[in-house]
Amino acid sequence: MQLQYKSQAVAKPYFIAAIALFVGQILFGLILGLQYVIGDFLFPAIPFNVARMVHTNLLIVWLLFGFMGAAYYLVPEETETELHSPLLAWVLFWVFLAAGALTVVGYLIVPYASLAEMTGNGILETMGREFLEQPLPTKLGIVVVALAFLYNIGMTILKGRKTAISMILLTGLVGLAVLFLFAFYNPSNLVKDKYFWWWVVHLWVEGVWELILGAILGFVLIKITGVDREVIDKWLYAIITLALVTGIIGTGHHYYWIGAPGYWQWWGSIFSAMEPLPFFALTVFCFNMVNRRRREHPNKAATLWALGTGVMAFLGAGVWGFLHTLAPVNYYTHGSQITAAHGHMAFFGAYVMVVLTIISYAMPMLRGREVNPERAQVLEMWSFWLMTVSMVFITLFLTAAGLLQIWLQRIIPNPQPFMEVQSQLALFYWLRWISGVVFLIGLVVYLYSFFAKDKPQPAEVGEVQPATT
Amino acid sequence: MSATFTKSMARNIFYGGTVFTALLFLALTFHTTWKLPQRDHRENLTPEVVRGKHLWETRNCIGCHTLLGEGAYFAPELGNVYPRRGPDFIKAWIQMQPTKVPGRRQMPQFHFTDQQLNDIVAFLKWTSEINTENWPPNIEG
Repeated sequence: MQLQYKSQAVAKPYFIAAIALFVGQILFGLILGLQYVIGDFLFPAIPFNVARMVHTNLLIVWLLFGFMGAAYYLVPEETETELHSPLLAWVLFWVFLAAGALTVVGYLIVPYASLAEMTGNGILETMGREFLEQPLPTKLGIVVVALAFLYNIGMTILKGRKTAISMILLTGLVGLAVLFLFAFYNPSNLVKDKYFWWWVVHLWVEGVWELILGAILGFVLIKITGVDREVIDKWLYAIITLALVTGIIGTGHHYYWIGAPGYWQWWGSIFSAMEPLPFFALTVFCFNMVNRRRREHPNKAATLWALGTGVMAFLGAGVWGFLHTLAPVNYYTHGSQITAAHGHMAFFGAYVMVVLTIISYAMPMLRGREVNPERAQVLEMWSFWLMTVSMVFITLFLTAAGLLQIWLQRIIPNPQPFMEVQSQLALFYWLRWISGVVFLIGLVVYLYSFFAKDKPQPAEVGEVQPATT
Repeated sequence: MSATFTKSMARNIFYGGTVFTALLFLALTFHTTWKLPQRDHRENLTPEVVRGKHLWETRNCIGCHTLLGEGAYFAPELGNVYPRRGPDFIKAWIQMQPTKVPGRRQMPQFHFTDQQLNDIVAFLKWTSEINTENWPPNIEG
């Protein structure tokens, strides 16, 4: 089986790198989970803050690899033309991988303060803020890679057919690059710092990334269901309208308690209470399209991932987001394990799963076959259930821990100190860690599915033989 | 979706809705920026506070602690640690790390000078005076 466009092949290293970094992210997640219950585990070799930087930064980097791979795969098919420059895509791949790897190595072997000094944080202080911990050269590298990537994708779209999917994807990617520039704005006034820090963090994951999510999912659904493009495009526009109309001012749910005026409790509550709507629409969209399918696509695993994205994004981002988004509730839940619960299921349900959806759909073709062998698909679907169910349990245990934490630390008449409360949550943290181990098992099954082949069928054993006389 | 609702209508609603809410968000941001000086008390942003924030960042404190509820949830909230513990306790606590109590969560030793200790305390004091709409609910953070 040939790729429709030769240059789509460049998506393959991006997907492989994404999966490799995903494995690293999960291993560090397990270290963190253990440190929650065995406080001095790996201290001082890998302190909690270092492991956490690696865990979250790897997540961001591998999702970006996934998005870029998705763009390189789907844009040629959408625009019906070869990629502007496959060579540039290859160069950017190595630059981004090297920058990512060096950054992680830097986190692990150099004390953070020395890393800041070595990498010119004194020239422009951007480090030491959650998720934006990267040294200045890495941040600049991200900008260079993003710009060159957008040039490559933009030029491809410019010379080819302009579909809604490619335009929505491009809008999302441009938004991603532009909003990242706020990572360079770090005023010494903490309130202003926090206010605009959210323009990267919130406007990414509850804003422009949803456009990328919609475009990737729309593309895969067109391919596997054969539903008319017109129908899918209309759904996509409805979903992304809901996403941005609720999500932009929904940023206000981060402005309740950081020094911004009190009216943000109204703006944030009202708009972010509507943020589940686009995710609900996404769920309905996925099931509707699959129900109206005009063909039975043989890649059952990809269909499962697509449906899973719809459901889990709604649960994680929509339901668990709504759970603590209203200001009077958030007053008690803010900065507790409830936030961690929501963060885990939302990132997994929306962005991890959509990247695994496009990988599931595209990777067989990038490896020269329409679909994976039956046994590989069965294993992949096992990994889907193992990872998804264990993530549900991680979320439930963190939610239980969060509720108990809030009760003991913030509600009862004689509130207890943080560390005293934490020690009482150990049971839930252990259960969360065990769920994490199951997640890792799911990930190992996922990796193995790439190498699984169908067992050679023993010739006709047990088959009905034509009677011989 | 019905045939009377065309793709270009959907697209126009997307552009219109997005531009409208983005402008509304910018207007609110403009107003917030104008109101902030009364809430963040920036007149108290001394060189000590600024240096303290720099120390806060380059030691990656946010990787374990929360500050006004944002950060990691591994170690106590520090937005109100100044009124909770007071300056002397904070300095002594930082100096005695790590506690090396077996099984307990550990904080690294940063080898701060006296001036750096004063800077970090100044930053935490300034932070505790931000108008946070009475968050956190009580002194335990």
